Amino acid sequence: MLACAKPGELDATWAACGSSPSFTWVRPPHFALLMVRGRVSATGVPFNLGEMTVTRCVLQIQGGILGFATISGRNKRHAALAALIDALLQQESAATSMLLTAIDELETKRQARGEAEREQAEASRPEFMMQLSEHAALGTAATD
Amino acid sequence: MNAPTTIRGGAGAISASHRLLARRRRGDRSLAPVSVPQIREQISLAVARVMAEASLYDPTLAALAVKQAQGDLVEAAFLLRAFRSSLERIGFSNPIETVSMRVARRVVTTHKDVPGGQLLGSTYDYTHRLLDFSLLAERDGSGEPEAEVPLPSTPAAAGMHQPRCLVEPEEAELVAREAGSADAPDLTRDLLTVPCPRELRLQALARGDEGFLVGLAYSTMRGFGGNHPFVAELVCGLVEVELFIDEIGETVCIGEIELTECRTIHPDPGTSLREAGFTRGYGLVFGHSERKAIAMAIVDRALRTRELGDDAMYPAQDEEFVLMHADNLDASGLVQHLKLPHYVDFEASRQMILDLRRASSETRSGDETL
Repeated sequence: MLACAKPGELDATWAACGSSPSFTWVRPPHFALLMVRGRVSATGVPFNLGEMTVTRCVLQIQGGILGFATISGRNKRHAALAALIDALLQQESAATSMLLTAIDELETKRQARGEAEREQAEASRPEFMMQLSEHAALGTAATD
Repeated sequence: MNAPTTIRGGAGAISASHRLLARRRRGDRSLAPVSVPQIREQISLAVARVMAEASLYDPTLAALAVKQAQGDLVEAAFLLRAFRSSLERIGFSNPIETVSMRVARRVVTTHKDVPGGQLLGSTYDYTHRLLDFSLLAERDGSGEPEAEVPLPSTPAAAGMHQPRCLVEPEEAELVAREAGSADAPDLTRDLLTVPCPRELRLQALARGDEGFLVGLAYSTMRGFGGNHPFVAELVCGLVEVELFIDEIGETVCIGEIELTECRTIHPDPGTSLREAGFTRGYGLVFGHSERKAIAMAIVDRALRTRELGDDAMYPAQDEEFVLMHADNLDASGLVQHLKLPHYVDFEASRQMILDLRRASSETRSGDETL
């Protein structure tokens, strides 16, 4: 959910949380590659389709709790926020429930985006009709 | 002492050339420069092609490459692939499940009514191909977003052929799927040798030059291939990428990528060993890239000729011919290296021609004396 959110949305989620805990980087945000695999004929053996960029990081908050994040694309702030939220959600605090609510909202927004796009796509659903030629129609009538 | 073939000097000229290139790229300075996000959002099909042929999914970097290369898409793919070599690879995604694609466009050409139906989505197929001068006047309806239109997943249409058993079954692949692991052959690590498994062929085709593959696919349909395709299904949309994270022992979704997938079926008259039926071809490409996906599926089927027990008679069926020439970085590199100085090679050729002429005139004069 955190990876699929729009970067701006994650900023808003973080602002809603209202706290800014101290943390140390175990592995600061960095860019890397991930080989994306497909399947032969969609259902067969895996094959290597091509690579994509990812950003990942690991951090540690007080209490030794680790937060991990790997997100698609190149966005260090997005990865850092995702890792912080991951770490905070592993401990009991006032911020935890607020964060959970905010994350639910992220998912609601994502579903709303999908729904809006679905409605737009529906408008392009064709109703193809088979049109009998005059000759064929007459032939059918004759056999009736 | 310098090696006799080394060419030195020219550094000043090369610097001047770089300045000219920057000036040419910027174009008329009275116009606003085009931004990378504008290219990513408004020249998105060029961006998709660059990502596919560079074999690296990153729309922003591909847009940057398009800008830097002045719109030369092969050069842009080169830039992106060079960048790719500077990053560490963290591993392999789980195989993506295109059946769960959020479909923005779906075309099925073998049946009028299919489960899930069809979606025209955004396509140039039903346009008149007339220049739209309102775009020239920049009245392009900026208030109306022409965004992606993904939909929930739709059942695969190729499967609907299964009950009649006319289409080549996928069971063999399903059995192999269980045995499949992360060690699928990888073009970026393993040398491409022929014959090679279909997995490696598909990787090579997915990053192959669109123009080359479309030309080859066209050749199979014009009589140099012997199997006419039907597009059983063509879909474009967003697919989630999942990754197993060792540290937390869980599979997580790390984001979505846009893909185009094409399944073709090809009438096959059969042989003494094989019943008549339909054989399959498969294409899967980064981004919205329908022409490439269809061509890839057709060429995939053509390259299966030998494994289906038939003789390879045409260029598109020849694995070595297709796979060794499909990569546009390789092809463009060798063709364009001809612009480099070839003084020594040329002198060697000139000497050879002179020797041949001399030998030929000696032979003639020898004939005359006889």
